[in-house]
Amino acid sequence: MLNPEAKLSGKIFDKDVLLKPTRDGYGDGLLLAGEEDKNVVALCADLTESTRAEAFAKRFPERFFQVGVAEQNMATIAAGLGVAGKIPFISSYATFSPGRNWEQIRTTISYNDSNVKIAGHHAGISVGPDGATHQAVEDIATMRVMANMKVIVPCDSIEGRKATMAVAKIWGPVYLRFQREKTPVMTTEETPFVPGKGIILWQSKRPQVAIIGCGALLFEALVVARDLEKEKIGTVVLNSHTIKPLDEAKILDLAKKYGAIVTVEEHQITGGLGSAVAEFLAKKCPCPIEFVGLQNTFAESGPPDALLTKYGMKAKDIKAAVKKVLKRK
Amino acid sequence: MEPLHDKKLKFLEEKANRIREDIIKMLVAAGSGHSAGPLGMADIFTTLYFHVLNHNPKKPLGADRDRLVLSNGHICPVLYAALAHAGYFPVAELKTLRQLNTRLQGHPHRGSLPGVETTSGPLGSGLSQAIGFALAAKLDGKKYRTYCLTSDGEHEEGNLWEAVMFAGKNKLNNITAIMDRNNIQIDGFTENVMPLEPIRKKYEAFNWHVLEINGHDFHQIISACAEAKAIYEKPTMIIAHTIPGKGVSFMENDYVWHGKPPKPEEAKAALKELRTLGGKIRSEHQ
Repeated sequence: MLNPEAKLSGKIFDKDVLLKPTRDGYGDGLLLAGEEDKNVVALCADLTESTRAEAFAKRFPERFFQVGVAEQNMATIAAGLGVAGKIPFISSYATFSPGRNWEQIRTTISYNDSNVKIAGHHAGISVGPDGATHQAVEDIATMRVMANMKVIVPCDSIEGRKATMAVAKIWGPVYLRFQREKTPVMTTEETPFVPGKGIILWQSKRPQVAIIGCGALLFEALVVARDLEKEKIGTVVLNSHTIKPLDEAKILDLAKKYGAIVTVEEHQITGGLGSAVAEFLAKKCPCPIEFVGLQNTFAESGPPDALLTKYGMKAKDIKAAVKKVLKRK
Repeated sequence: MEPLHDKKLKFLEEKANRIREDIIKMLVAAGSGHSAGPLGMADIFTTLYFHVLNHNPKKPLGADRDRLVLSNGHICPVLYAALAHAGYFPVAELKTLRQLNTRLQGHPHRGSLPGVETTSGPLGSGLSQAIGFALAAKLDGKKYRTYCLTSDGEHEEGNLWEAVMFAGKNKLNNITAIMDRNNIQIDGFTENVMPLEPIRKKYEAFNWHVLEINGHDFHQIISACAEAKAIYEKPTMIIAHTIPGKGVSFMENDYVWHGKPPKPEEAKAALKELRTLGGKIRSEHQ
């Protein structure tokens, strides 16, 4: 059943569940963070509306900097602003930032310990028709590997807003990952959000396997958890919104109790959440893991849902992974 | 900025030579690093830290201090030597350059050493960081000025031109950039590797105020910095024509010295020359 402590939306499995893109949460959170702290500034590289920085730009024009199509410049100007005491948020599509400007982020933000928040938008393959050039499927890996960088992937627009507001108050570089498409709003205002603390979304009475996911695909994981209940297969679903630092205590607990794990992410299976979980458990509590994600390939143009189906990131794929991992227990 | 009287000129000349000597000593002790750029920029760094910048080595994080961003981080021996002589840390520490556990990292790292304002090394991203400082100054109503030291070769980086465009568009008059126009880079002469000329016209086209000076003439360095402060609608680029390896005759204008340190016997010869050729260097300012 849905974990009551997570205070999730009662409408999750209803046809009329509210659909909103996680990026809306960035826009709402950025505006509120700007109201709370005058040191919050925002920069954008010619994608102000689609990365939802527009509301902030209109409200605080003096604190908004349009850098043009120049993601390297955006990251490095933000690095300077951060060193000079500001809390810069930079937004573009994740393939460009933190894609094109990776070295600038590494040297001038991460190693330089500048207080910059990097918002990568339109992440994953569900950005759809734009095709593989615009589908960021490596960004969790390339950000996670940097010392001094935190990585957070919100699962819906509400969590996106909370995450954006929360990181404004955390010192240091953070990568936030957002998605373009409208996806089910699973959490509520009351759902707890603390960076670094995972949230159990589903808890069966007798779980046999833990599904650990991040981002909007957690909805698919919940559908699987509900369906498997009917097949007498108990699960736990963990929203591991913070990939770095990983909620090691919770993940270790799940591995010890259930001994089988499925990870779910809209990202290459190498280097992302699944890898982070595997690296940790290899040290502390090795157990069978199956990885749902993009299988070392580029995707293509197409409708978001059809792409997720073709590339194996829908409920049926998660369900198959659960059954496979149970056989390996 | 006060004008330069004879006593101060002599002080700057001697200080620059001391800094050159320390650069040679640091490089030979480190066994790696860049020789030509630091020597070529010694006069400019000396002028900045001992005449131009509003700074206080006792308060390296003072809110109103002028900021100096070294974009071409590989010439940091000259930055470190100038900072030490200005009093940010003991001169004796210079010999730890590039050693294990040193505060003097091979390229500047903010937080490791007092006076280092930001992290740099990978080329072309210093001017953007200077822009960040300049924007913050304007938001906070602060009067401090940001100086960005760049190389000519790093103008081959796209990131740098993105910054040039942004600063021109936003009329960031609180930035003074200084280009070390020494015409060399690792693989040879800049105009062979990738022609930069007409560099002055390029900056002017991006709405910058541009000055050209002899980077070894203290009067010209000071008056250019003073003029930059008086420009209200534009950022200023000072193209400083310098001699790479300046002060050590066998290094001057030879690009092989861009990226290597002197061997001990070469260092001995270089130090001897620096200690005895004061007259030659001084003669340029008379």
